[in-house]
Formats: sequence, structure tokens, C-alpha cells
Amino acid sequence: MRALLILLEKEFRQVFRNPAILRMMFAMPAVQLLVMPLAADYEVKNVKICIVDYDHSTYSQKLTNKIVASNYFQLVDYTDSYTKALEHVENEEADLILQIPTSFEKDLVREDKSTLFLALNAINGVKANLGGAYLRSIIGDFNNEVRLEWMQMPRFNPIPIVGITSVNWFNPLMNYRFFMVPGILVILVTMVGAFLSALNIVKEKEIGTIEQINVTPIRKYQFILGKLIPFWVLGLIVLTIGLIISYLFYGIVPLGSIFTIYIFAAVYLLSVLGLGLLVSTLANTQQQAMLLSFFLMMIFILLGGLYTSIDSMPDWAQTFTKFNPVAYFIEVMRMVVLKGSTLYDIRFHLAIVAVFGIVLNSFAVWNYRKRS
Amino acid sequence: MKQFLYFIKKEFFHLWRDKRTMLILFGMPLMQILIFGFALTNEVKNTRIAILDNSKDDATRKIISELEASRYFDIQEDIRSNADLEKAFQSGKIKMAVVFPERFQDELLHTNAAPIQLIGDATDPNVANTLINYASAIIFDYQKTVEGYQDLPYTINTELRMLYNPQMKGSYNFVPGVMAMVLMLVCAMMTSISIVREKELGTMEVILVSPIVPIRVVIAKMVPYFLLSTVNIASILLLSVFVLNVPIQGNLFLLVGEALLFTVTVLALGLLISTVAGSQQTAMLISLMGLFLPTVMLSGFMFPVENMPIPLQVISNIVPAKWFYYIVKNVMIKGLGFTYIWKETLVLIGMTTFFMIVSIKKFKSRLE
Repeated sequence: MRALLILLEKEFRQVFRNPAILRMMFAMPAVQLLVMPLAADYEVKNVKICIVDYDHSTYSQKLTNKIVASNYFQLVDYTDSYTKALEHVENEEADLILQIPTSFEKDLVREDKSTLFLALNAINGVKANLGGAYLRSIIGDFNNEVRLEWMQMPRFNPIPIVGITSVNWFNPLMNYRFFMVPGILVILVTMVGAFLSALNIVKEKEIGTIEQINVTPIRKYQFILGKLIPFWVLGLIVLTIGLIISYLFYGIVPLGSIFTIYIFAAVYLLSVLGLGLLVSTLANTQQQAMLLSFFLMMIFILLGGLYTSIDSMPDWAQTFTKFNPVAYFIEVMRMVVLKGSTLYDIRFHLAIVAVFGIVLNSFAVWNYRKRS
Repeated sequence: MKQFLYFIKKEFFHLWRDKRTMLILFGMPLMQILIFGFALTNEVKNTRIAILDNSKDDATRKIISELEASRYFDIQEDIRSNADLEKAFQSGKIKMAVVFPERFQDELLHTNAAPIQLIGDATDPNVANTLINYASAIIFDYQKTVEGYQDLPYTINTELRMLYNPQMKGSYNFVPGVMAMVLMLVCAMMTSISIVREKELGTMEVILVSPIVPIRVVIAKMVPYFLLSTVNIASILLLSVFVLNVPIQGNLFLLVGEALLFTVTVLALGLLISTVAGSQQTAMLISLMGLFLPTVMLSGFMFPVENMPIPLQVISNIVPAKWFYYIVKNVMIKGLGFTYIWKETLVLIGMTTFFMIVSIKKFKSRLE
């Protein structure tokens, strides 16, 4: 026990004397939480549109006005040449082209139907899809207006109509940041924990100070614990900073209990730190350790469900996420913060992450050799 | 010149003998392409939903079977009351619920109007939106079968054309991004760390007292990483063409040329970082915070730049990856020629020269 305390004292001193670590602890939350939610905005707005009007009729004018007035779209150009419009798309100045053919109005009035052409820049699929859907709903509205001009609608529905109403639970304003910020908080805690712990033992290896520790009577588990505990504390501090920032800047107050978050985070950090320490015992140089943990983190984070939902991943990836601690924490964080889930709701998540922690840490202890 | 070649040889040995690093450096693009190509989709399918059927008549059964038949939804059977519903949402079991009121069919047939309520889990707003859109479309189709098809007068049809990416594949968007990310990592991060490492271990002193011109030492360090990146560029392109079926629409030589230009840009950046950083950890921190995150966040391949607040949009202009992403997208996906990207190419060349000049200046002053 005494040996452990002395080791802890050494580690804490080292941490607090290292300006890089302290800077990382405060700079990372600030940058990630302040910049990333601003950048990570998937909401589709300001779709830029080019209207090619070959018709120049009253209706084509009306439709154009309606589109411009909708606020979804930003009119880039109103021309009568498709080539010119396509050039705008090629230069990334426009996202979609609406082509109004000659005799659009004439066909509509005389032949009861007419066709508009819509070309979307589909490299960014989400934007193309949503932009196209918005535009079609505007055209649909316009269509109804035209019909009203020409025919009398009966007062009651002439045909059976299913009225669909939709409600958005847990995030009624559909604020994308409420979705992103809790997830980013997880990434933050994970990155700080994994990188710092991964680099730690390797640094001692590289500088050679590990030899000194190896000749002392310190036990293997004591050594690993001595490395683990300081970063565990740091991780919780970073989480606290992150929660404060997300409250101050985004007004996010967890709906569930804050203790639930801390209890889960405490267990979660053990498994992340275990992973870092394992990497640390595997690598010989800091460069290796960094690259290895970067590689692992990248896979864990990308497949953690932060950006895209896990449900839509293929089966092999879904199986993988069962072994991905990051995915569990992101889910728990969103559940507790947005839905107010309780400790009872997340009991399975907690148990699984605890198992990860035990396995990874024992592996790290086992893998750490006192002999080189 | 001969000395220089020896140094390059030395660096090659350094890199080549570190098998783990090599493995990761070659495995990285492979993993990224696989993950981005197959795992990260915004497509919605097999989402778990619940249905609260308070009516249990022919009409609701018909709609439920339509919902069940679509590949978007996976109906969870065991939810029977409003209380169950709330719990299921809270434990993350379902993402959407469809609620039918009592006497649904009666209302529909007699008053010609019957409501259905869709409840979305809006913790993820985009997914909620998409789910509700899909469900609405299915219900709408059902309604059409009820009313029987009848042509309304004065109908405006819209014909849709997807430019550049007719199948709406996500890969078209991220292959250029992955390329930028991998090059950034290999060139900037790895070179800067390997230079600083020599400083930290003290071997730099030994090299600096040798008769070779100091800047050549550093350039010799970059050559292996440059070659490594060409291998990575080739493997990314091959993977995207043959595994992801993303064709190269434009000129291959132009594309490779631009990629090599970007490689030089990031190598210069790595050099700059190494002159600033004193320890490997600092170098890592700078390349992670100053390079990698901006590349991921601000280059436009993960998040649309035009949605960002103005200050971020301005900052995004100094991220080299943004320009590279634009170039690759135009050449590779849209198949455009040099006339469309000469401005962006010039920006990259300008950045490279700037980084080079600054780092060489810095490098000299450090020796005094």
C-alpha cells in the first residue's frame, strides 16, 4: 500500500510538472466542445439553387418567387441556359438545378400536366436528398395553388385521407447540438485518457527510467495501478470541465442524474485507460504507441455511433460495436443527458464496460515485463 | 550528394525495421476505406420501431404489414401501452413509434379522415426526420390504394436526376477525405515526430556535427515518408476503384500529380512542426490539435463548410486539406480538367512555399 502511495505521489508530480499534459487537459475540451459542435452541423440549410427558366411565363415566375421566399433555398442564378447552370454546380456554387421547360405553363393548362426537371449534385447524398425533398414539397404546394385557381375544391375530403402528425420526443426543437455535444464529450474523455496513458509507460521505456523502477521491489500490479489512478482522476476532471462547458455554452443540463454519468464514466475510464496501458506495454517507442492508439481510437470513434447511427451499419460492424467501449459510453451519455435514463436503464452497459476494464487491465498487468 | 543518399538509406532502415509502424501505416488507409465505405452510412435500415395499435382493424393491420415489409423498419412486438412506449424509448430500444387511435378504420371510411401519430426519437434529429419521412411515404402509398388511382387535373410532375453520383453512394464524398487524412497523418505527424525524436534522444546533435548540410538531414528524413505516401495514394485509389466502385472520372495523371503536390505541402508542414516542437509529445499534440482535427472538421468532407459560422468558414481557408479535398472531388468524381482547379492548385503551391521558407529560416536560427 505504501509503495503504491509513493508511486502515486511520483506520478502526480510528473503530471503536474508537465505543461503539455496540463495544456492538453484544458485546451482539448475547449477546442473540441467549442469548435466541433459548431462545425459538426449536419442540418441541411442554405441549399443553393440555380433556376433555368426556358418558359418565362407567369407560372414560372410565380414558382421562382415561391422558391426564393421559402428561406430554404438561396437563389444563385436565374438564367436560360442549362450549361451555365451546370457550370455553377461544377464550381460548387450551386447544389441543385431546377429546369423549367418551354411551354411549361401551356402544357399545364392545356394538357393538364407538365414536367419539371431537377438535377442534384449528389456527391453529398444527405444534402441532395433533403434539398430535393424540400423542393418537391414546395412544387407540390405550388401545384395545389394552381389547382385552386382552376377548380373549386369541395369542403369535405372527397376521398379518404390519413392525416399524419409527427411528434419529436426528447429533443422537440430538433437541435442538432443536443445530439452532438454529449457524444463529443465522450470522445474528449476517451482521447485524453487513451493518449496520455498510452504514451506514459513508453516514455519511461524510451528515456530509460523504467529500468530504475524494474529494480525496485514494486509489484507489477502496483506499477500499473500507479499509472492508472492519476489518469483516472485527470479523466474525471476533464469530464467535469466538459460538462461545465456544455452547460455554459449550450445550456445542456442532463435530464438524468449527474451521478449516473459519473458512475458510468468512472468505470468506463478504467477500460479506456487499460487499453492505453496495454498499448503502452506493447510499444517500444512513443511514436509506435501514438500511432497504435491513434489507429485504435480512430476505429473505435468512427464506429462508435457519433456521426452515423449504429443501426444502419452492416452486420459485421454491428458485431464489432458490441466490443467497442466508446459506443457504449456514447449511447449511455445520450440516454442520460437527453432521455433521463436511470442507472437501472443502463445496467447492462455498465456491466459490459466493467468487464472490458477488468480484461484489459489484467492483460496490461500480465503483459508488462519487469525484464526487458 | 553521395552523403545525402547515405542519409536517405539510414532513414529507410529506421522506418523499415519498425515493423509495427509500417504495418499500421499500410493498414490505416485500408481500414479507413473499409470503415467509411461500408460501415458509415446515413442510410436507414432495420430500425427498431414500436406500434401501438388501439384499433386493431383491417386498415391498421394492412398498414402494419406494409411497414413490416419495408426494409427500413423492424417492428418490436412487446410494446402494448403508452407506459411501455416511454420505457422503450428511454432504454434506447426503439427509435420511432406509430400510434393508431381507436376506431381508425371507421373514421377513415365514414368521415374520410383518420389520424396516425408518428413519434420520433429526436435525440438524433436527422435520423428522426428520415424515419418519419419513410413511414409517411409508406402510409401515403397505402392511402393511394384505398382511394384507387385517379388522375388529378393540373399535375406538375418532377423528374429527378442525380448528377455525378447516381446511386447516391456515400463513398463518393469521403474517398477524397480519407486521402487527405491519411496523407496528413503519414507525412505531417510521422515526419515531425521522427525529427523531434532525434532531438529528444540526443542523436540529432551527432548528426548536426557531421559535415552534411543540416537541412539535407531533415530532407533525407522526409524521402521515405514521401515514398510511403505514394504507396498509400496508390492503394487508396486502387481500393476505391476496385472495392468501392468509385470510378476515377478525370485524368489520372492530374489526380496523382495533385496528390503528390499535397504530399509535399504536408511534408513541409511536418518540417515546420518539428522546428517548433521540443518534445515528441508536443509534436504529437500540435499535429493532432492543429492538423488532424481541423482536417477532419473543417475540410468539408465530414461536415459541410457552408453551414459553419463565418469565423470558422474563414479559418477553414487556411486548412490545406480543404483545398485538396476540393481538387480531388472535382478531378476524381466530377471529372473536371485543370482549368477548374488551377486556383486551388496555386493556393496549395503558395502554402507549400510559405511553410518551406518559414521552416528553413527557423531551422537555421536554431543551429546558432
